[in-house]
Amino acid sequence: MDKIRLVYSQTGRAVWMSHLDTMRTLQRAMNRSGVPIKYSEGFNPHALISILVPLSVGTESLCQMADIRVREEVDLAALPARLTAGMPEGIVVTDAYEDAGKPAEVKWLACEGRWEYDTADPLRMAELCRELFSAPVVVTRRTKRGEGPFTVTEHVRELTFTPEEGFVRVNAVVSCAEPVVNPDLLTAAVGQNLPEAAPDAGRFRRLALYRADGTPYR
Amino acid sequence: MEKKLERILPKVQKPARYTGGEYGEIQKDRTAVDLRMALCFPDVYEIGMSNTGMRILYRVLNDMPGVWCERVFAPWFDMAKEMRENHIPLYALESGDPLTAFDAIGFSLGYEMAYTTVLEMLSLAGIPLHSRERESLTPLVFAGGSVCCNPEPMADYFDLMIVGEGEAVDREVLELLRTAKQENWSKADFLRRAAGIGGVYVPSLYEPEYDENGLFRAVHPRDGAPAAVTKRIVEDFENSCFPADAIVPNTEIVHDRVGLELFRGCIRGCRFCQAGHIYRPVRSRSVEKLLEHGKEALAFSGYQEITLLSLSTSDYRGLNGLCDGLMDYCEPRGIGLSLPSLRADNFSMDIMQRVQKVRKSGLTFAPEAGTQRLRDVINKNVTEEELLRSCATAFRGGWNGVKLYFMLGLPTETDEDVIGIAELADRVVHCWRENAANKARGLRVTVSTSCFVPKPHTPFQWEPQVERSEYLRRVTLLREHMKARAVTYNWHEADTSYTEAVLSRGDRRIGALIHAIWRRGGYLESWSEGFDLSRWTESAAELGLSLDDYAVRERALTEALPWDHINMGVQKRHFLREYEQAHRGCLSPDCRAACLGCGAAAFLKEGRCDNG
Ligand code: SF4
Repeated sequence: MDKIRLVYSQTGRAVWMSHLDTMRTLQRAMNRSGVPIKYSEGFNPHALISILVPLSVGTESLCQMADIRVREEVDLAALPARLTAGMPEGIVVTDAYEDAGKPAEVKWLACEGRWEYDTADPLRMAELCRELFSAPVVVTRRTKRGEGPFTVTEHVRELTFTPEEGFVRVNAVVSCAEPVVNPDLLTAAVGQNLPEAAPDAGRFRRLALYRADGTPYR
Repeated sequence: MEKKLERILPKVQKPARYTGGEYGEIQKDRTAVDLRMALCFPDVYEIGMSNTGMRILYRVLNDMPGVWCERVFAPWFDMAKEMRENHIPLYALESGDPLTAFDAIGFSLGYEMAYTTVLEMLSLAGIPLHSRERESLTPLVFAGGSVCCNPEPMADYFDLMIVGEGEAVDREVLELLRTAKQENWSKADFLRRAAGIGGVYVPSLYEPEYDENGLFRAVHPRDGAPAAVTKRIVEDFENSCFPADAIVPNTEIVHDRVGLELFRGCIRGCRFCQAGHIYRPVRSRSVEKLLEHGKEALAFSGYQEITLLSLSTSDYRGLNGLCDGLMDYCEPRGIGLSLPSLRADNFSMDIMQRVQKVRKSGLTFAPEAGTQRLRDVINKNVTEEELLRSCATAFRGGWNGVKLYFMLGLPTETDEDVIGIAELADRVVHCWRENAANKARGLRVTVSTSCFVPKPHTPFQWEPQVERSEYLRRVTLLREHMKARAVTYNWHEADTSYTEAVLSRGDRRIGALIHAIWRRGGYLESWSEGFDLSRWTESAAELGLSLDDYAVRERALTEALPWDHINMGVQKRHFLREYEQAHRGCLSPDCRAACLGCGAAAFLKEGRCDNG
């Protein structure tokens, strides 16, 4: 036994942690529950943990994955509960298994957004959004190399808008590898291209990961 | 979480400091408790969560049946602005409830520059700032912490202040408050009775008096309040609370590690040092107890680092055994043991070498003054020879960085003493050349100076602070004499030392000044983003107060001092004797070499300090 894939959810108050915060927290949870995690060699040894698709601050996820390396056998069936006991509120480990798919095989991310409208009618807003996204939509996005135009619709599949009480439910499947599309870009796209339909607040929750061929990623 | 809050969190820096929900947080059922306490820290989350006192009080108060103690920190500027704009009152992290929902609001005050932050936090909570404006019994607004050894500057704002160690007194105050609530006492009744609890100062029961020249003359107690308030301490430190299950933050904080408190107090008696005097008598924990605490806290927290906390770690008798025991536990688990600055003696260097086999952090020494003469004046018992010997050992062992801390503006300091700092730095460089194991890596010597701030309850409580222009002249003089390329010189701004000097020896009239500075926007003033001297000068002018009168005026030894009615253990006659010794340039022995009968031993049942 060497590599273990962990699946966990990160919701509620825990979504405000940064990626680095989450890394530290996972490592501490391993220490707390006595999981024999492997350390890197060298001058400043660090625990061998990697998070597959880092979560952006403020986004919830039901499908976070992390790979860890262990020094000795651990009881996989008991691991999720054991680790969850050492986690802060909002992080729940739901699964642990070996022989996981390669990280490079992740391609699509299904997510659900909640666009809140304080005064505008969600029915009308959903219509406007549908119209907007029926054609290619370009959004200005900031990357490490600066700001630039990005045709977000090229990297989104299955985009639906459902009016609800006070908000529009957005369901989308976005690319999460080459390129990485943060679903918040959809919110930004509305703000930039159709300000009258811009929500007063919007947040997304990740639901599931898929391979390039559309099969569930594990 | 409240919807309004969810909307502003994406807009602010480091939102994780405003959410709570960390590992180890204590949740209770609101309806199952009858006393709710907000433990407030007047600085940001990363600082407050690093504070040992906060960790202890959180545990001690939550252990009380029927009490739920929650945490409140000062929001950073961006968050404070968003909260005001969106009408979100200051709230506690555990429940998210506003401060107005609490019975008791207690501030932990460790430094004077936090005073305006206290006012802004109350204001953000919509709570009247002055004690007299709050007519009902609850919320009771009080404070504890080291700065309460001179409670006068904040006397107008707090209903009561706790002198000494809070873990000894807070419980009694809360029990009395519970009774008062149940029996519907008035606030005045409650405060009168609270004044009878040892270590409790109720400012409204003391009337200050000034003479015709505006000099402080005395305070007059009324309604049966005691003439002097004597601090309380934890007598049985060995068995006192150690919060092994303290909260582990979700985000990085300043001291993100387990901290072991080896002892309280200090045997040294450096004459400028307030902590070294107000925490007397020395009380220590046994090695066995500390090992137990350390292992327990590491197992609970999952931290990868542990450190030792105390005023002068090298003076801990069992340091060798403690380090060995901790290393035995930490090494196989990849946990780092870090030591705070140690004394420059051989014994300490030996331990440094053993402990820091893996990680070589820099060496830190605090000679405080550049010449032996001045070190004798301040009773800093370290010689140049010892310091250089320690450096030599360290350089031979492969260290290549040394940090040296000094103060400028100490009593009797001359230009020769200032230049002495540069000469000492040069000698450290020379020592490296002669001893370095590996010269290829080069040497870094960092010299830092801060401006001396005279503090209450020290032998230097009468001393003037040098004027800012004079401090800067000495900084320039020193800079001119720093020649070696390996030496970097950093100096602290004089402005905050000046304002700190005003506050630390302030009387009750300073309360209005704090208010005026707060009105001009003073908030989080220990951060450069929150400090502006012009707010101080303008406020002082408005009130007709002279800041210099508080900071740079030398007090006569016969003058009444605004904190004379607060008994921190060490008696005034001891300070007077030490003041005279200082001006004679004489050292005094530390508590282990000879007890000077400072008065602190009276706080222990057997009347003996841990000085043998
Ligand atoms: S009573 Fe003596 S031993 Fe105790 S702190 Fe004072 S001087 Fe030191």
